[in-house]
Amino acid sequence: MDVNWNLLIQQLIIGLANGSLIALIALGYTMVYGIVELINFAHGEVFMMGAFFAATVVGLTGVTPQSAPLIIIGAAALALVSAMLFSAGINFGIDRIAYRRLRRAPRLAPLIAAIGFSFILMNIAIYWKGGNPISPPALLPQKYRAYNVLNEWFGLDTTIRLRPLDLLVFAITIPILFALTWFVYRTRSGKAMRATAQDRDAAALMGIDVNRTIGMAFLIGGALAGAAGMIALYYTSAARFQMGFRYGLFAFTAAVLGGIGNLYGAVVGSLLIGIVWSLSDGFMKTLIGGWGAQWTPSVIFGVLVLVMVFKPSGLFGDHVPEKV
Amino acid sequence: MAMLEITDLHTYYGNIHALKGISLTVEQGEIVTLIGSNGAGKSTTLRTISGLNQARNGELLFNGLSLRGIPAHKIATMGIAQSPEGRRVFPRMSVLENLEMGAFVRGTVDQSDIARVLELFPRLKERIDQKAGTMSGGEQQMLAIGRALMARPNLLLLDEPSMGLSPILVEQIFDIVTEINKQGTTVLLVEQNALMALAIANRGYVIQTGEIVLADTGAALLKNEAVRKAYLGEG
Repeated sequence: MDVNWNLLIQQLIIGLANGSLIALIALGYTMVYGIVELINFAHGEVFMMGAFFAATVVGLTGVTPQSAPLIIIGAAALALVSAMLFSAGINFGIDRIAYRRLRRAPRLAPLIAAIGFSFILMNIAIYWKGGNPISPPALLPQKYRAYNVLNEWFGLDTTIRLRPLDLLVFAITIPILFALTWFVYRTRSGKAMRATAQDRDAAALMGIDVNRTIGMAFLIGGALAGAAGMIALYYTSAARFQMGFRYGLFAFTAAVLGGIGNLYGAVVGSLLIGIVWSLSDGFMKTLIGGWGAQWTPSVIFGVLVLVMVFKPSGLFGDHVPEKV
Repeated sequence: MAMLEITDLHTYYGNIHALKGISLTVEQGEIVTLIGSNGAGKSTTLRTISGLNQARNGELLFNGLSLRGIPAHKIATMGIAQSPEGRRVFPRMSVLENLEMGAFVRGTVDQSDIARVLELFPRLKERIDQKAGTMSGGEQQMLAIGRALMARPNLLLLDEPSMGLSPILVEQIFDIVTEINKQGTTVLLVEQNALMALAIANRGYVIQTGEIVLADTGAALLKNEAVRKAYLGEG
């Protein structure tokens, strides 16, 4: 069997980029689940709203690919931060309006509220930008679109393409992931969040404002989804009201795969899903005739089923026995 | 003025009337124990004091200030700390992190507080980096008490510190409670192990299905025939 190594590496690069994008969304699922044991089904739509808002902000700045580089970078940064704030606000707002009131209700109640908000946000999105896909206002100068970093910067003679856009995805996601780890494990608020996730009553007895801490988890999860929205908007050069469904489902799968509630698990699960996704989309057809992107969801959920069968708590599910 | 003054306190779980007009006082410097069987309302009393449950009627004064309607995380800042029923340590945090969480209300962790707790519970020193959820029940109990002490409370609420522990450990824990009290912390101790609790307490209350049925000094209750029959397995 002939393996097309160049294509394999190419798809791995795309897979890692997609994976880190999914990781930003998966972290929102896993943080919220960790702290209130709710699968926030509106999370995919919070991500989608971030993408839409980013497109609006870039449009408002009036920046074009011909603008000065610093202005382009400034506009992109502004759009990224605005999308993060916007999505954070939506996620926090949903918790404040609906989930918080249902904290002591049966589990199914907030779950259904989440599905309801998912539909509400999709309909707002249709009203806002219409039902057809929108393209983001162009930002990247023409010369960078077909630019290959491996050729131009490293002088490698290869057909594998590493675009500035791929690098940008890593340049945005990696610092965010490190910042999040630092926040959760090193800061006072982060420790309060972990304590609340492990035992809400005990956390309250320590003097931790549980509602505020839960609100913070929604804020942070929303902000990460907003960043993912901005990245997805430019990485796929499109956004649509339905985009939250597919990304949200893959991210949720990644979170479960890694062990829901576990931050590292969400990242590893996402990278895994990203790679499976890109290999199934672009590489498998060189091995199996007739294979293509239409099989991708089946493969991803197949991987999930296999992991669930052999390790129900997920790859990094940490179930410390709690002694009574 | 008593440190803690509870008058005719009523607490409900939904429609279940759990506390039916409890009255008790705790003076500065005392060890007071609340004994009674399972489901009598002992834990509910402590949960109502610390704000985890809210009373529906009655008075709940701490140093003359009403605690009613104040959420648990604010009561924690007022000088009341609780070692809750079932220990409730943070299972995926280390012993040290659990102790640090205990000092959350104080803002910064005072190393001398950690040293003091580790001196009271040398066992915790050996386990300092271990995840709390992997420790034995006795060790978790020590950690729960130590964590509550980290807040430097004026009033320490202890919920069944002897539950599930071996007799030797129970004795150790009660010695330590006496020691903590000598160091200046007022203690309200809830126990099913009436013999041990009454032996170290200045005063005791007996609670039965949500009502206080007896109140006296620890020594007198130990001799009381009804108490001996009901709670000390005699008769």
